[in-house]
Amino acid sequence: MSSALLVEQILNGLQFGVMLFLMAAGLTLVFGVMGLINLAHGSLYMIGAFACAAVAAATGSFWLGLVASLAAAAAAGTLVEVLVIRRLYGRDHLDQVLATFALILIFSEATRWLFGSVPLYLNAPPILSGSIALPGGGQYPVYRLAIILVGIAVALGLWLLISKTRLGMRIRAGENDREMIGALGIDINRLYTIVFALGAALAGLAGAMIGALQSVRVGMGEPVLILAFVVIVIGGIGSIEGALVGALIVGVVDTLGRILLPQLFGAVLGPAQGALVGGAVAAMLIYVVMALVLAFKPRGLFTGSA
Amino acid sequence: MSKLLAAGLLALTASVSTAALAEPVKVGMITTLSGGLAGLGIEVRDGFLLALKQSGNKDVQLVIEDDNGEPARAVQLAEKVIKADKVDVLTGILYSNLAMAVVPGVVAQKKFYLSPNAGPSPLAGAKCSPFYFNVSWQNDAMHEAMGNHANEAGYKKMFILAPNYPAGTDALRGFKRFYKGELAGELYTKLGQTDYAAEIAQIRASGADAVYFFLPGDMSIAFMKQYKQAGVTIPVTGPGFSLDQDVLGAMGDIALGVKNTSQWSEDLDNPANKTFVDGFRAEYKRRPSIYASQGYDTANLLLSAVAKASVKDGAAFRAALEAADFKSVRGSFRFGVNHHPIQDVYVREVVKVDGARTNKLVGKTFTAHQDAYVKDCKM
Repeated sequence: MSSALLVEQILNGLQFGVMLFLMAAGLTLVFGVMGLINLAHGSLYMIGAFACAAVAAATGSFWLGLVASLAAAAAAGTLVEVLVIRRLYGRDHLDQVLATFALILIFSEATRWLFGSVPLYLNAPPILSGSIALPGGGQYPVYRLAIILVGIAVALGLWLLISKTRLGMRIRAGENDREMIGALGIDINRLYTIVFALGAALAGLAGAMIGALQSVRVGMGEPVLILAFVVIVIGGIGSIEGALVGALIVGVVDTLGRILLPQLFGAVLGPAQGALVGGAVAAMLIYVVMALVLAFKPRGLFTGSA
Repeated sequence: MSKLLAAGLLALTASVSTAALAEPVKVGMITTLSGGLAGLGIEVRDGFLLALKQSGNKDVQLVIEDDNGEPARAVQLAEKVIKADKVDVLTGILYSNLAMAVVPGVVAQKKFYLSPNAGPSPLAGAKCSPFYFNVSWQNDAMHEAMGNHANEAGYKKMFILAPNYPAGTDALRGFKRFYKGELAGELYTKLGQTDYAAEIAQIRASGADAVYFFLPGDMSIAFMKQYKQAGVTIPVTGPGFSLDQDVLGAMGDIALGVKNTSQWSEDLDNPANKTFVDGFRAEYKRRPSIYASQGYDTANLLLSAVAKASVKDGAAFRAALEAADFKSVRGSFRFGVNHHPIQDVYVREVVKVDGARTNKLVGKTFTAHQDAYVKDCKM
């Protein structure tokens, strides 16, 4: 494989990783601060994508759609937190899983009722379509590059928020000792709602950006949710740095595995058989990585407070 | 009093005798109506219901069940409709993996199964059954057709990809059975994968003169969008079911001009198809898809058999089904000895008509095409 193609594939891996980070950040934040396993996180991703597609179709502007996706996911997150999730903090994880699984079904069928089963149309804005030349002769789609930049900006923003602001201090305090922060007179309910809405907004943003790349349909969130869980298990549950590193590992390993393994097996078994076997091994590669990480670091790479 | 009783008895016998004449048939439709794959099941169901409605036949009683796209659930539902609802005929399953889980058990209990959308190769060959009828296609057919068309179009170096599951490997095997050129590359992606950046980069670097992709449902939307966004200009081709009404709306204009192979098209010129397309658009306010056409044909095949024979008389009902004495929306339609269609396969092109995307016929690549597995069927 030429070096230009390798660079392009590494960029693809980074882009995939960055998107996973947007999902995993909210998931790990909610787990770290509230101790809640939220299976409905994928539904918030779906809500973001549908809001973006609907608003973009109505107004003709992808950018308004993007704003709508943030607003809709944050609003849905707030609503769900206040109505349902709030009652689950004191319960054990099984109750949380059951209740948030029910939320998935409710969100999916409600979306189907509103929008139907046929996937919606959402495409990247014209300014971000096309591709640019990479040094070395490769080409890379502008839209994917934009996703990488947005992901980096969000990671930076989250780091600043958590390490430099008062809200971030409270979030960190909440991760360390929930009772103490309540005793110090901080409105813990409000903090939880804010954290949940923030995680939801990030999921919605990811959904909208990926919706323009893939397809906007009911059930689009669940496959991503599974990967996001892999990411936070690798990174260490509750840790934002872990989510970032885990997401990039999963993104790059998965992408390069999909390309290199079929060629590797192809060299031994011949192209047709190599494509089959390599494809099969590539599909489980990230789970192998997860198993290896857990074998050596059972709590993940960056051990969070949870 | 006795007069009243006599009248009542008379009415009762009257109703019994009409029922005996009309032979009600119970049909169990197990299809995917919820979850991410629901779109296709809704199409099959709506096509089926439209045919029943147009026929005015009130004797077909339909039990509709939702399998969620899960094989285990489909197997349970098949047991349920056979044991509890006492159905005579089953239909509806969309996916080959579900069909392989359900069909052998159904035919072992001597219940008829009419497949509206899956044709896994074992059921056409070694595991064929007198009780199993495929009204759609053997899985390889559309891919074989594009392999054949690639020769006609003069493609010499094609890149082919499909998901890594039985229908995907069948697809590429079918394509290669007819394609005579060399391969620039062959890839099997993960089923359900929605990001194809890595594969598209490989396609661009491969020097291929055309691409053939088989990706079901929204995987095809993702692939097409990303392919165009990446600015790759190598022509793309696919099977009809990767480029039909269920996905064309979400693809938008990027799919325009893409050639695909199908046994049916909205603009196929025959009276049955016109009745179907106009009826479907009037009834559901949307354009029919290939899946709806298959559901419609399945129902009409069933109705044609119901009109000829009692479902309780297995041999006669089977003979009635084998005759395929119905007006198919695809024009000519008959069954081979393995109960799979012998039919024409067309080349279509995605076009924009009145602001909506649809397919138009551009040619016929197979006439009376039969699957490759029929020789393994001992029936």
